[in-house]
Amino acid sequence: MTSHVKRLAGWREIPIGGAIIQPGNSAERFTGDWRVFKPVINQDKCVRCYLCWVYCPEPAVKIVDKPYKASSGREWKVTFEIDYNYCKGCGICVEECPVKAIDFIEEVK
Amino acid sequence: MSEWIRIPLTSNYAAAYAAKDVDVDVVAAYPITPQTPVVERIAEFIANGELQAEMIHVESEHTALSACIGAAATGARVFTATSAQGLELMHELLFIASGLRLPIVMAIAARALSAPLSIWGDYSDVMATRDSSWITMIASTAQEVYDSIIQAYKAAEHSDVLLPAMVAYDGFMMSHTYEPVYVAKDRSIILEFVPKKKPSWNILDPDKPITIGAVGNPDWYYEFKYQQVVAMENSRSVLRQVFEEFSKKFGRWYNFIETYNMDGSDIAILTYGGLYGTAIEAVDIMKKQGLNVGTIKLRVFRPWPEEELLKILKSLKAVIVIDRAISFGAALEGPVAMEVLTSVYKKGLSTALHSYIASIGQRAVMEEDIIAIVKKSLELLEKGVVITEKPVYWGVR
Repeated sequence: MTSHVKRLAGWREIPIGGAIIQPGNSAERFTGDWRVFKPVINQDKCVRCYLCWVYCPEPAVKIVDKPYKASSGREWKVTFEIDYNYCKGCGICVEECPVKAIDFIEEVK
Repeated sequence: MSEWIRIPLTSNYAAAYAAKDVDVDVVAAYPITPQTPVVERIAEFIANGELQAEMIHVESEHTALSACIGAAATGARVFTATSAQGLELMHELLFIASGLRLPIVMAIAARALSAPLSIWGDYSDVMATRDSSWITMIASTAQEVYDSIIQAYKAAEHSDVLLPAMVAYDGFMMSHTYEPVYVAKDRSIILEFVPKKKPSWNILDPDKPITIGAVGNPDWYYEFKYQQVVAMENSRSVLRQVFEEFSKKFGRWYNFIETYNMDGSDIAILTYGGLYGTAIEAVDIMKKQGLNVGTIKLRVFRPWPEEELLKILKSLKAVIVIDRAISFGAALEGPVAMEVLTSVYKKGLSTALHSYIASIGQRAVMEEDIIAIVKKSLELLEKGVVITEKPVYWGVR
């Protein structure tokens, strides 16, 4: 056993047969560390079309109640943000964005 | 014995009666020779109202066991039966049933595996399930088939066990021959012994949703397999309790092994299934001829009954193991002989072990064969053979 890994529950402590007895517990399992490339939304270019939110399979695109004023002077009532705890870096949002407002940046950890 | 009626039954019908008397909720099975009459009789029980159960008609054994897994996962008491190729078609599901810890009980009319096609009895099919984590019992009489299935439910559903269980018996030699069998007049006495309680396993319930059959990644899989190791270990003491309770309640005595004429014999023939009956006859004949040997029946194969066996083996000069399946290319090609040898060596016993293979594809093994096997072993002992290098393939041309 590698010493840097925190000790996981032993056979006595886990439900038998591999059953998952708490529904909805996938939220406790962060999938963000699968990512190689990270989507970053350019808030100035974003036209709030919701397509990234529609397409995200996780879903890891959040609609936040945060007004934003673009450099063009246009005012938006909401902001789109990526939840990096769950974003697996699949790039679908980058592909689907009609105004190319999402950059895909390689993450170096 | 007024609670019982004595009727002529084949081992197949005895299995069907046991399923009826434990009041199974769901049966999913596919007919295959020589198991077919088990399913036919259960269908009759359901059709005439003697059993209130759901019979799922499936297109294969793979689906039969899959349907049993699904039904058991809802907490139902589930039964199936198969033979040979059917058991092989179930093979991957055997591991899923045990891995999900579902107490399914299955009857097996043990049959040789194709090819060449053989519909006749041997234990190639049962022995090929060896590492599937099912409790494995092998019966020698139709009465024992009936009783063992009832016992299997009690052990399998115990919260310390929760493993599926199979009860095997010789295809044709037992599955299609009639014997007198005591069956319950009213199933209530059986249900007192194996009550239908709230399931002790994790069940699918819309009001309390759970997920079963999820992925077990390398961080977790090993722990779930170790739980099965512990469950199988626990099944030893649970089976012991079940046998005792059954014997006390119903007056028919069972154990992990059975012996005949072991007092004063220092040589024993060890075998399993219906062949034990032939071994008993052979022992009686030899006794009349002035040759005193005993016989041991292996009744439970998984969990391996080491403690019970060693109690007998430790005082023996030699044990002659007659296997009814071949473990091709193994260190010793008799699968049970190999296990016996491991137990003998683990405890440092000096008991000689002679391995024989016989009754493959239901090649007839008569009393004379068993007597000749014993005489052969006496010669081998004189020559100083402690452990046979290879099994003796008895009767092969």
